[in-house]
Amino acid sequence: MSSCFQTLTDYGLRSIGYGERLLPKADITLCEQFVLIGSGMIWNIYFAILALLFGFFFATVLALGKNSKLFLLNAPCRAFIFIFRGSPLFIQFFFAYDLFVLLPRLGVDIDLGFLVVTVETRWLTKAWLGALIVLFFNTSAYAGEIFYGALRAVPSQDLESADAFGFTGIKKFRRIVLPTMLRLAWPSYTNEAIFMFHATTLVFFTGFPAWQQKGDAIYYASYFADKTFNPFVPYPIVGFYFILLTLIIIGLFGLINRHLNKHLPTNERKRLKINKYNLIR
Amino acid sequence: MFSYCVDPKTLEGLMWLSCYVTTAKHMSFYYSFFVVMGLLSLAAPLAMAFGFAGATAARSSLKIVRAFGKGYLAMIRGIPDIVFFLFIPIALDQAFEYLRHKVLCSDVTEAVRQGNDFVVCAAAKLPLNTASEWVHDIYGFSLALLAFGFVFGAFAGNVLSGAMAAVPKAQIETGEAYGFSSSQIFRRILIPQMWIYALPGLSNLWMILIKATPLLFLLGIEDIVYWAKELGGIKTGVYEYPHPDWRAWYFGVLMIFYLSLTYFSQSFLDKLSARLSKGQATMAGKTV
Repeated sequence: MSSCFQTLTDYGLRSIGYGERLLPKADITLCEQFVLIGSGMIWNIYFAILALLFGFFFATVLALGKNSKLFLLNAPCRAFIFIFRGSPLFIQFFFAYDLFVLLPRLGVDIDLGFLVVTVETRWLTKAWLGALIVLFFNTSAYAGEIFYGALRAVPSQDLESADAFGFTGIKKFRRIVLPTMLRLAWPSYTNEAIFMFHATTLVFFTGFPAWQQKGDAIYYASYFADKTFNPFVPYPIVGFYFILLTLIIIGLFGLINRHLNKHLPTNERKRLKINKYNLIR
Repeated sequence: MFSYCVDPKTLEGLMWLSCYVTTAKHMSFYYSFFVVMGLLSLAAPLAMAFGFAGATAARSSLKIVRAFGKGYLAMIRGIPDIVFFLFIPIALDQAFEYLRHKVLCSDVTEAVRQGNDFVVCAAAKLPLNTASEWVHDIYGFSLALLAFGFVFGAFAGNVLSGAMAAVPKAQIETGEAYGFSSSQIFRRILIPQMWIYALPGLSNLWMILIKATPLLFLLGIEDIVYWAKELGGIKTGVYEYPHPDWRAWYFGVLMIFYLSLTYFSQSFLDKLSARLSKGQATMAGKTV
C-alpha cells in the first residue's frame, strides 16, 4: 500500500509535467496504471471545462445570430454551425492543426499593465491551446443549435407578458428569454456536456503531439496496452474514470436544472431526465 | 495515367497537376473513399442487429438477460466510444487466438500470457503468418467493423428501446384483446409501429456514424485520413512530385467530403420523415 502511495506522489501529476519523468516500462503494476491514467484525466477535465465554459457564451451568441432576421447576422452563424456540426471532430482536429502549423512563427507582446506577455503563434500548434480552440468551436456549434431550438420554443405568451410589462432590449432578453431558453435546453445541453468530455479523448490521437509524454487518460491507457499487450486492464480503468465523471456531470447539471426550474409550480417542475432516445449529436 | 506523365520534372501548371492527382498513391486515396462507404453500408445494418438484440434483451422477462441488455445500452453513455474502438479489436483478436490456441495446440502447456507477452502457437495465429496480404486487410477491417457494430449497436439499442416504449399502450392492449400471444404482439404490432418513433433517433445516429468513420484510422486501416496525412506531407526533391506541406489542403478536401455527405443525408432523412409521418397520430402527421 505504501508503495502505491509512492506511485501516487511520483506519477499523480505526471501528465502536467511534475514528478517522475520516465514512465514505467517493465513490471507495470495495477497501481501505476490507475495513477497514471487518473493523472491523464487532468487533461480531459481541463479541455472539457474550458471548452464548455467559453462555448456556453459563444453558443448563446450563435443561437441569437441564427435566430436573427438580418441576413448578415444569421448567414455566418448558420454556416459556422453547419460546418462544425456537419464534419467529424477528428478531421477538424487534423485540419486545424495543419493550418496552425502553416502560420508564420510570430510573437506578439501584450502589455497587461503589470506584466508583458508574449503571445506566440506556435502555441496554437500545442494541444493546450490549439485543441482547446477546436473543442471550443465544436461545442459552441452543437450547443448553439440546441439553444437555437430552445429559443424557437420559448412560449409566445412569455414574450407578450414581457412586452406588457414594458421590458425591452437587454432587460427582456436577460430576464425573460434567456432563463426560459436555458430551462428548455438544459436536458439536451447536459447530453452535449457529456459528449464533450468524451470528445476530449480524441485530442492526442490527432496531429497534436503529446509533448514529453504528457497526455490524457486514453493516451496513457493505450501506452499501457501497447507495453503490456493486455487491453483488459487499462481500458476498463479509463471506462471506470469516465463513468465516474459522467455521474458527476449529471449530478452537477441536475443541480443547475433544479435552479432553472425552481420558479415553476411543483407539479410542472421537470427532473433532469437525460434523453436517451433522441441522441443529439 | 496520361502519356505525357512519363517525366514529371518537365511538366508545369495544370499538366503537372493532372499527373500529380493520378499517381498510383492517389488512386489508393480515391479507393479509400469507397472503403469508408463500404464501412458505412456494412456497419449500419450490423449496428441495427446489435441494437435490436440489445433492445429486445432489455425488455426480456428473464432478469439476467434484462440486466445484460440494460448494461449494454447504458455502458455507451458513460464511456467514450473511442475506448471501445481501441479495446474491442485487440480484445477480440486475443480472444480468437486464445480459443484457437486451446483447440489447435492443446499439447502446448506453456501459459499464453507470459509477463508482457501474449504467446500463441503459430497455427493459432490469426491470420496465419503465411496468409497473403489481402487476408490481413480483410481481417483488420472485419475487426474494425465489429467494433463499429458493437458501439453503434448500443446507441441504436437506446433509440429502439425508446421507440418500443413509445408505441401507444392502447395498440398493445388491442392486440391482447384479439388474443394475440406476446410474441405475436411483438412481431405484428410493436415492431411495425415503432419505426416512426425511432426515425428521429436513427437519423441522428446515421449522422453520428458518418462522423465516426475517420476513426478507422486509429484501427490501423489505410483509410482517407491515412492517405491525406501520407500524401499531404512535405515531399522533398527526391520524390517525383515534390511539394511543400499540403496536409491542410488534403484535410480541407476531407472536410468538404464529410460536409456534403452529412448535408445530403440530412435532406434525404427530412424527406423520409415527412413521408413516414403521413397519417400518423403525431403532431407532424396531423399538420400534413
